Amino acid sequence: MIATKQYELVYIAAPEATEQQLAELHELVAGIAAKFNGTIDRTEAWGRRRLAYTIGRHKEGIYVLEVISGSGDMVKELDRRLKVSDLVIRHLVVRVDEDLAIAARAKAQRQATSARRRVARGLPAEPTPEERMRASAALADDRDEAEAY
Amino acid sequence: MAGDMHRSKSSTAPKPGERGQRRPAGGGGGFRRRRVCKFRSEKIDYIDYKDVRLLMQFVPERGKIQPRRLSGTSAKWQRKLQVALKRARELALIPYATD
Repeated sequence: MIATKQYELVYIAAPEATEQQLAELHELVAGIAAKFNGTIDRTEAWGRRRLAYTIGRHKEGIYVLEVISGSGDMVKELDRRLKVSDLVIRHLVVRVDEDLAIAARAKAQRQATSARRRVARGLPAEPTPEERMRASAALADDRDEAEAY
Repeated sequence: MAGDMHRSKSSTAPKPGERGQRRPAGGGGGFRRRRVCKFRSEKIDYIDYKDVRLLMQFVPERGKIQPRRLSGTSAKWQRKLQVALKRARELALIPYATD
C-alpha cells in the first residue's frame, strides 16, 4: 500500500524569474510527484512578496505553495532537485496530514461536547447565527482591549 | 483554575511569575494580558505557519518571540506557536531580528 502522507511545499523563486521559468518549476514538481505516484492537491501562487530579510542578495521573492500527497521518497527527490536549482532560493516541505487530522479531531470533539451540553440545557444543539455573532463580537472587543499595548 | 480565586490576597506584592488568574491588579511591572490564551478562547485548532497576520501578533518590535507571561498563551499552544514561528522565519515571512 502506498502510504499517502500529505505535505506542504513552499518554495521561493528568485524575483527575476519569468513566467516561463515558473511554469517549468511547477512542471518539475508535478513530474516528480507523478513519478512517485503522488498527486498535487492544491497549488497557490502567492506571487511577488517582500522578504523579511535578504536571502542571497534578493530582497523579494516569488512564493508558490503546493500541497502534495505522496511518499517520503518523493519528498527526498523533490528536496534534492530544489536544492540544486538555481532559480529556487529557498524551499520548505512540511508534513501536514497528522497535524490536520489532530486539529479536525479536536474540533469534532469540541463540537460534540458543546452540542451535548447545549442539549442538556435545553437549547438547540447548534448555536444559532445570532448567538455566533454575539460571541464573535464579544471576542473582537476583548482583542481590541488586549492589543492596546 | 477556578480554585485559585479563593486564595486570600496576602499583604505582600503579587509575584508576576505565577498563573495570572488570581492577581488582576498588576504588580511588579507585569502586563495584565496574561489572562487568556488566545488559541483556547478563539478555539483555533491549528496554527498555520503561513498565516502571517496571526503570527505577527506574537512577535513584537525586535522580532523576538514573545514569552508566555506576556502573551498569556498556554504551554501547549506556546510550543506549537514556536514551531510555526520558526518555520515562518525560515521562509522569510517574519524576520529573525529587526533593528
